[in-house]
Formats: sequence, structure tokens, C-alpha cells
Amino acid sequence: MRIVSRLVFACLLLSAPLAAQAEPVDFTEKLDIGISTDEIAITSDFRGADLTIFGAIDGADPGLLAQGKYNIVVALEGPKENTTVRKKERVFGIWINTNSMTFEMVPESYSLSSTRDIETIAPPGDMNNMGIGVDHMPLTPVGFVGDGSNLTEFRDAFRRLRETTGIYQRDPGGVQFISSSLFKASLRLPADVPNGSHIVRAYLFRDGLFVAAKALELRVVKTGLEQAITTAAHQQPFLYGLVAVLLAVVTGWLASVVFRRD
Amino acid sequence: MTVYLPIAELSVNIFIILGMGAAVGFLSGMFGVGGGFLITPLLIFYNIPPVVAVATGANQVVASSISGAITHFRRGTIDIKLGTVLLCGGLVGATVGLWIFSLLRRIGQLDLVISLAYVLLLGTVGSLMLWESINALRRAAKNETVTLKRPGHHNWVHRLPLKMRFKKSKIYLSVIPVAVLGFCIGILTSVMGVGGGFIMVPAMIYLLRIPTNVVVGTSLFQIIFVSAYTVIVQASANYTVDIVLAFVLMIAGVIGAQYGVRVGQRLRGEQLRALLALLVLAVGIRLAIELVIPPKEVYSIVSAGLGF
Repeated sequence: MRIVSRLVFACLLLSAPLAAQAEPVDFTEKLDIGISTDEIAITSDFRGADLTIFGAIDGADPGLLAQGKYNIVVALEGPKENTTVRKKERVFGIWINTNSMTFEMVPESYSLSSTRDIETIAPPGDMNNMGIGVDHMPLTPVGFVGDGSNLTEFRDAFRRLRETTGIYQRDPGGVQFISSSLFKASLRLPADVPNGSHIVRAYLFRDGLFVAAKALELRVVKTGLEQAITTAAHQQPFLYGLVAVLLAVVTGWLASVVFRRD
Repeated sequence: MTVYLPIAELSVNIFIILGMGAAVGFLSGMFGVGGGFLITPLLIFYNIPPVVAVATGANQVVASSISGAITHFRRGTIDIKLGTVLLCGGLVGATVGLWIFSLLRRIGQLDLVISLAYVLLLGTVGSLMLWESINALRRAAKNETVTLKRPGHHNWVHRLPLKMRFKKSKIYLSVIPVAVLGFCIGILTSVMGVGGGFIMVPAMIYLLRIPTNVVVGTSLFQIIFVSAYTVIVQASANYTVDIVLAFVLMIAGVIGAQYGVRVGQRLRGEQLRALLALLVLAVGIRLAIELVIPPKEVYSIVSAGLGF
């Protein structure tokens, strides 16, 4: 229930800035997407996963399609968390975390796939408004940030770090048309993809103008033993700690029995 | 082959973890130490979040000290009474340490303090041990007899009140320095994930003048309980004990330890101490270099979850 309402809220959020922008032109195109699964299971040998999203443009203009005027961007946004970036500086010869900045509710993972480089799909201003792409997602600092002079520095560091670790990624050729109006988007989930509710968002652009968007939920869940361990660790922490100690006691005792030489 | 660590929330290569456990186990068996001071930094080098590394390291210490303590118990080289006094101080110390741990984590200086504490401790203990063992080696080369313990020689420690008789150790000693030592080691256990044997053993021998034959067993006895307590409290307060990681480490660790013991028996005491001193110093220097040289990346990201 909570997930559904969050999704509805997310869609509302999504459409709010777009409404104003989309009003002057009346688009006939509609966007539809589907994924083969709404759940990705993290098993004990999880090494990341590939996700394929299929979609279709309804009511597309065949002439524009033929000219390649339609562009599609598909993003997979991980669960959102307040995230802090810390900066080290040299103090008395050693490197210490001195400054930090916390950004409000940024996705823990982000994978973007598009028909071509998103910078060439629509003007950067529009992308900023919709928050599409690593360089355009909103990074709002929490609390007092002084004169804000170091805002850019921390934002750049955040984007760079997230991209170098591969938790944020982009694939400018990841969306391909299979037929005139059917397309396929491939997204890569890294091995350290966070658990929780992810949202797949697809955006349709016609000749640089935003036309339509669709969102779907994708849950990334631990399964079997991994899930049982996490649940136990969080819901019965004392018992869990006790079991961890017991395991150590038994292992240590067994070792002393097996290898007894005196 | 990868294995997913449910609490650290990342996939690791199981052979690397097994290798680490076995290597640390080998060294701990060889030198008779718990190995916590090696395993925690190694896990951190391998990208395990430090909060998980510290809590899980303590769990691995429980396994390795149990297996050592059982051997000492069979030989009758544990002074339970002395160990209990140490333990009382240790439990209080561990509680204070956990509080310090949470505080440092909140203000974002945990990694710095862990590194600094390691550099200081490993540097000091390593240098002292190296100095002592080189002298011993030189004396051995000149065929002089070495007396580590000077019986009858009393220092300020022996003038403190609240004296108690420890039958097994055959000493009459104030409980204050014993409990204080336990307390300090307890703090280290919860902040750094170490058992503290590498500090406790020399302190008991040189400072409290407890007979060498009961020192290792007794220190292991108290380490079991303080580490176990730390694991339970870390699990309850921070949810940072990764049982899968701990299990892989301990399996490899206890097996590695058996081979370590065999190699250790072929070496002489002062040779072992010199090697251990070099190892301790190497880890300390490695951490010190990291603090001093300009890092490749001055920024770091912290999520609300496990990082810090």
C-alpha cells in the first residue's frame, strides 16, 4: 500500500513540472512500457543483473519516426536516501574529514539508457527540470550551506564518485528500436545494487520536446538465507548477536577437538 | 566464486576472504595472538565498511580465542580468578568503547580515529617488542642467560590498595591495575575490533609481573568474553555483525591457526617475538602512510545506511 501511494506520489511529482511545459503543444503520442519481472532477487552468488525493458510509442507520426525524430530515455532510480559527501583536508600533516554536505533524498543507484546522448535529445534546462540524467538530477543540500560557494564542488564530487564506482551509469546507445514503434532498453544493475524499491522511468521526446512519461516499480530483494539473515539482524538483534557468538564458540571448540594433539 | 554478504550488502570473492582468514589464522597460531589487529584493517582494505569490519572482526576473535583457551584450559594455565577481575574491567571498558564508537560514527571521524589508534598502538607495541627481542637475540648470540622476570622486584603497581590473592598465578596483587588494564583493552575491543592480546600479554608480564605461563591463557579467557559481549552489543545497537563474513573468516582462521602453531613451535621465542614485532610495525606503517600521503580522492560518500 505504501509503495503504491509512493508511486502515485512519484508520478504526480513527475507530471507537475511537465504540465506547464507540455501545454502549448497537444501531443497525440502515448508511451507504454513493460518489464519481464517486477522483482530482482539477490541470491548468494549475485553479480549484478541485466534488465530489459520493452516499450511502444502509440500514435507516432510515421514520417517523424522514419527521420529518427523520436528519442527515448529510460532511467532506473534506486531507493532514495539523504547522502553526505565528505571532504578530506590536511590538518597537522594528516588527512582528516573536515567539510561535508548532505544532499536531500538522492537515489542510491541510477542507471540511464537512451537512444542517443541525452545532451542532444533536449535542452539542458528541460533535463534539469525533469531531473533526467546524472548531470541533471536535483542535488539539494540539507541545512545551512553558507554562501553556497562550494555547492558546485560537492555536487561534482558526488556525481564523479557515484559514476566511478559504477553505481550510477549511463548508456547512450542502450535504447534501440526493434520495429518502427517498438523499442527495447537495456539497463545494467551493478553487483552492489541497493535493496528496496526502484523505479523505472521512461521518457519520450519528439524533436527535442518532451511528450510523455511512464513509470514502473521494480523491487530488488534479498532472497532465502540472505533475507532471513537480514531480517534476523534487524528484528531480533540480540538473538542474532547471540547466535553469531555461539557460531564462533562452536567453530572454535570444534577446531580444538579436531586438531587436538595432546 | 562470489558470495553475497547480507549485512555488508556487497558481493565479495569468497577465496579472497578465505585467504585472508587463513593467513591471519596462520599468523595468530604462530604468534599466539587473536589476530583481530590484522583482520580488521585487511577487511577495510578490501572495501568492507569499517563499521562491519570492526564488529565482524570481534566475532572472528571469539572463535580463535576459544580454540586457544580450550588448549590452555586442558593444560591448566588459566587463572580464572585473575581473568574474572580483568573481565569486569573489560566489560565496563567495552561499554564505554561502544559509546565512543557511536559518537565518532555520528560526527564522521570514526575512520580517522580507528586509523590513528591503530598507528599509535601498533607503532608503540611493535617498536617495544622489536627492541626487546633484538636485545634478547643479541644476548642469545653471546650466550648470556636471559631473565624476563625479576622475582622480588616490586614497582609502584604493587603498592596500590585492595590487594587480592591469585592462587594460580601465585601472586598477591591489587585489583585496581588489573581492572584498569581490562578496562583499557575493553575500549580497544569495541572501537577497533581487536582482542587486545598483543597489548595485554606484555602489560601483564612487564607491568603486573604475572608469571608468563598463565598470561596467555588468562588473557585469552578474558578476550573471549569481552569480544562476545562486543559482538552482541554491536549486533543489537548497530546491526553491523555480518555472520556470513564472520563464518567464512573463522573457518579459514581456525584451520590456518593449526598450521601456524606447527611452524611457531620450530622457531625460538625471541625469533617469534621479533617477527611478530616486524609484522605489527608493518601494519602500523602501512596505516600511517595512508594518513599522511595525499589521498587519490579527497571526497567520500556516506549513505544513511552502513557507510560513514
